Amino acid sequence: MGVTAGREASRRALPGPRGLRPETRWAYLFLLPWLVGLLVFQLGPMVASLVLSFTDYDLIDSPRFAGLGNYAAMLEDPKVARAVGNTVIYTALHVPLAIAIALALALILNRVTGRAAGVFRTVFYLPSMTPYVATGVLFLFLLNGQAGVVNQFLGLFGIDGPQWTTDPNWILPGIVLMSLWNLGTTTIILVAALRNVPRELSEAAMIDGAGSWQRFRAVTLPMISSALFFVVIINTITSLQMFDQVYTMFFGNQSAQQSYGDSALFYVVYLFQQAFQFLHMGYASALAWLLFLVIGVITLIQVKVGNRLVYYEAEEQGA
Amino acid sequence: MTTIDRVQRPAAAPAATGAATDSAGRGTRKVFFLVVLAAASAIFLYPFVWLVVASLKPRDRTFADPFLPWPRPFAPANYAAVWDAAPVLGWLVNSVVVGVAAALTVTLSSAFVAFGFAYFHFPGRGLLFGSVLATMMLPAAVTLVPTYLIWNAAGLTGTQVPLWAGNLFGSAFYIFLLRQFLLGVPRYVFEAARVDGASYFDLFWRIALPLSRPALIIAFIFELKASWFDLMKPLIYLQDPALFTLPRGLKAIVDQFYQGGDPKWEIVLAAAVVTTLPLIVIFFLGQRYFVQGIATTGRRG
Repeated sequence: MGVTAGREASRRALPGPRGLRPETRWAYLFLLPWLVGLLVFQLGPMVASLVLSFTDYDLIDSPRFAGLGNYAAMLEDPKVARAVGNTVIYTALHVPLAIAIALALALILNRVTGRAAGVFRTVFYLPSMTPYVATGVLFLFLLNGQAGVVNQFLGLFGIDGPQWTTDPNWILPGIVLMSLWNLGTTTIILVAALRNVPRELSEAAMIDGAGSWQRFRAVTLPMISSALFFVVIINTITSLQMFDQVYTMFFGNQSAQQSYGDSALFYVVYLFQQAFQFLHMGYASALAWLLFLVIGVITLIQVKVGNRLVYYEAEEQGA
Repeated sequence: MTTIDRVQRPAAAPAATGAATDSAGRGTRKVFFLVVLAAASAIFLYPFVWLVVASLKPRDRTFADPFLPWPRPFAPANYAAVWDAAPVLGWLVNSVVVGVAAALTVTLSSAFVAFGFAYFHFPGRGLLFGSVLATMMLPAAVTLVPTYLIWNAAGLTGTQVPLWAGNLFGSAFYIFLLRQFLLGVPRYVFEAARVDGASYFDLFWRIALPLSRPALIIAFIFELKASWFDLMKPLIYLQDPALFTLPRGLKAIVDQFYQGGDPKWEIVLAAAVVTTLPLIVIFFLGQRYFVQGIATTGRRG
């Protein structure tokens, strides 16, 4: 009793930074779920994953310290090299193509008004509502080398389409093609950004005699640069973590996996296999940390470069 | 700098000429745009058309008539065959239960935390909100193994709990979204209730929650979609096919029926339609919330 009363008194006397006012206590109460989640499901696991990456752990015996063994093994693992290569090539192909096409669609959508604009926007977004497993299944059929729609379409022009799902040289291009079906989110973000470009700016440039390409380069592009920059980051990060579609199409069915080797081995697929099929938890944690560092560095570089390239409106509050 | 040069150089040309040609070309240009958009729409829609049509054809006709937009011959019995081949109805129920649990928990907990960030001024607020923004970029793959170890230690692997229970602690993007929304609520609304004797919890439950309905709906349907898409967590945590969600079930069906000695393509395709259709329906019901939510995502950059 006495102690409580004393604390109450001192709190009233000292509402400084360390004296927890009742309002502050309530604030932390509301933040509690986040703080617990941050510790238990974010920071804790990150640290645990770093610690595990220096051990050998198979879930049965307790983890054994392995020093830098896992990281050394990664450097010599040809599958890691293959997975990194596939993932980087896919990202390098997917991101520019996806953003170029989405930007073109957004620019045209921005010129159309009324009901038509809404209908087209809906149509472009629908593929994004298709679960990735279903997308993978669908494209197994569409990209089928013998009879798939894609090759039948190419056949109309006399082109003999490749074996997209079995020829090791054509598996990655096929996956890129599939990824370009799903541009809805990127397109909608860019359309929203284009809507915010003040008309007067473009009109002023037009009166000054700027052609449409010049207006795009000098007015539109700088005005949407922050959104453009954002979709580059998001597309890059999600591409590096590609899993669902590829796993659906090319993994899990052992008999099917023989013919094309590791052509569809993506980084997160390999991480998943190491962790949950081979139970190499330490090795998988090392793989996870490499991915974390790479994504962190890419984000940093993109933010640094972005700060130089991106034009932010003066009144825009960086959230 | 070069961009400024480029705009200024042709400024010497008479402005009227440019304006005149522009208005003359505007009509034809608009038709051109509509044609381009229609062509793009056809490309984006065709895979859906093909999927639905092929799922309604007999197996030996799956790849036949690829550009015919209706099934010939019509074989609706494929959908009956799916129910016989796999417990698809149970998977549908599982997806709904897990999806609603995931969406409901993440929406409520995120709103709770967002109210804390939006309403209160307290030491460390900037830093803690920074932690919310920072974790938005954290790749899920990094925490995959330790998260599994947590659920394993809790004895919950093999159940559906790990598929949604992490959502009890809020999620960065939704906290951000809901906080932005709550910051738009005039402060006197809350203060008036305080004067009337409302507790902080009342402020959250009776004022903040009802007022942020649009943002709550966005969070709910986004998470429902994310949960409906999820393949990796069911792959990791579920062994019993009776507990599978639709994506996990569809993956099992592909593995069993797509290749091998006796492929049953019509079953794979019908299951893919069953997996996709509920989300398409939800999308049409909540379309404006999806568009708003995605536009918000972009503004965060």
